[in-house]
Amino acid sequence: MKITSLLPLAFSIAAVASVVTAGEDSTLSVEGEVFVTKIAAPAHLENVDEIFSGWTYRRDETQALQMDDFENPSFVFIDQALDQFEMVEGSAGKACSSCHESAEVFSGLRASMPRVNSAGELETIPELINNCRTERMGAEKWKWSGGQMSAMLGLIGLQSRGMALNVAIDGPAASFWEKGKELYYQRVGQLDMACSSCHEDNYGNMIRADHLSQGQINGFPTYRLKNAKLNTIHGRFKGCMKNIRATPFKEGSDEFKALELYVASRANGLSVETPSVRN
Amino acid sequence: MRLTKITLAAVVALGSASFAETTAPGNIKFGENGGIELSLTSVAGDAASGRKIFMNRKKGNCLACHVNSDMAEQTFHGEVGPELDGVADRWEAAELRGILVNSKNMFEGTIMPAFYRDSGYNRILKKFDGKTILSAQEVEDLLAYVMTLKE
Repeated sequence: MKITSLLPLAFSIAAVASVVTAGEDSTLSVEGEVFVTKIAAPAHLENVDEIFSGWTYRRDETQALQMDDFENPSFVFIDQALDQFEMVEGSAGKACSSCHESAEVFSGLRASMPRVNSAGELETIPELINNCRTERMGAEKWKWSGGQMSAMLGLIGLQSRGMALNVAIDGPAASFWEKGKELYYQRVGQLDMACSSCHEDNYGNMIRADHLSQGQINGFPTYRLKNAKLNTIHGRFKGCMKNIRATPFKEGSDEFKALELYVASRANGLSVETPSVRN
Repeated sequence: MRLTKITLAAVVALGSASFAETTAPGNIKFGENGGIELSLTSVAGDAASGRKIFMNRKKGNCLACHVNSDMAEQTFHGEVGPELDGVADRWEAAELRGILVNSKNMFEGTIMPAFYRDSGYNRILKKFDGKTILSAQEVEDLLAYVMTLKE
C-alpha cells in the first residue's frame, strides 16, 4: 500500500526536476539575438553568487512563447502603444510623436531606470510618461498599472531589449538603494516573509506548483498567463505583498520606487527582456 | 473572577466542542526548546480534520512547502521545508506543537509562518489583523494528523 502510494509522488518529483534542468540548460534567443539569462552576480549582492532571469524557471511552453514575437501575446499591447504614440491628446494638441520622433529614441532608457534626476528625486519610467502627459500635452495622467501605461512601458522597454541592465546605485542613488535594500529584507504580513525569504533563500525550489525565481525584474512589464495582460513592476510588488497577507505600499510610492531600484540592481548584467512572458 | 465561573458553568452545561476552552496566543507557555507541552484546547485533536487543513491552501497549506508521501494523491508537493515523512518519529508532540504555533522560537530566521500568533506583525493586511492563521483547535487537529506520519 505504502509503496504504491509513493509512486505518483516520485513521478511528480521527477517531472519537476526535469523542468528545472530544461530551464537552466536552455538559451533564450529572440529573432536571432541571444540574451544573457544567467551571469555572475553583481558585486553588491552579498548572498547570491549567480543571477538568473525568471525565464530560466518557467516551463518549456512558457519559455517558447517569449522566443517568438508572433507568439508573444505582449505584442498585441505593444501595437496598441504604437498607435497611442501617434495619438494627439490634451490641451496642447500634442502626441508623444510631436516631441519624440519615434519610440526608438528611448533605446537604452529601460536598462538604466530607475535613476535619480537633477532635482535629486528617484524617477521611474511611468513618472516620466505622466510628466510628459500633464506638463507637455496637457493631458490626464495614466493610472500606474492601467492598460495604456503598461502598454507604453512595454513599447519603451522593448527599445532596450537585449541590452544589459545597468542601474546606478552609487552617488545620489545610494540612499534610495539602501532604503530599497532595507525593504527587501523586511518581513511583512501575516505570513511574516520578506522578499528575500522566497527570492533569495529559496529560488529554484517549488512552492506547491510555483517554481520560485529570483524575482528579477529585467523582463517587465511582463505578460502573465495568469491574468493575460502586461504587468508592471509595482503591480507585481503589490501582488506579492497581498499574497503574504501584507498591506501593500501604493504603486508609485517612495517605498516601491526604492524597492524597484534595489531589485533592478540585483539584475545588473542580465539582459532586458521586455516584454517577457511568465506564468 | 465571577464572570469566569459563570462562563465555565455555561460550557459544562452546553457540553459543546465549539465552547471548548482554548488558550489565547498570548498565554501560551513555550518550553526552553520552543516546544509546548499543554494542548491549546480541551478537545482532543482530530487527525482526519488535520489532514484536510494540511492540504487546504487557505488553511495550513503545509503541502506548499513540505513533501508528504501520505498525500501522494495531491500533485505538487513543495520543496521549501523538510520532507515530513516520518516526522512523528523524529519529534515529540510538544515540539511539533511549538513548531506549528511559532517555529521561530526553535528555528531563528525560518521562512515558516507562525500559525497561532495574533500580534507583532508588520503591515498586516487589515482583514487578518489580530487574527491567527489557524484556530487553536485547527492547530490541535493538524498536530494529531502530523503525529500519524510515522515510518
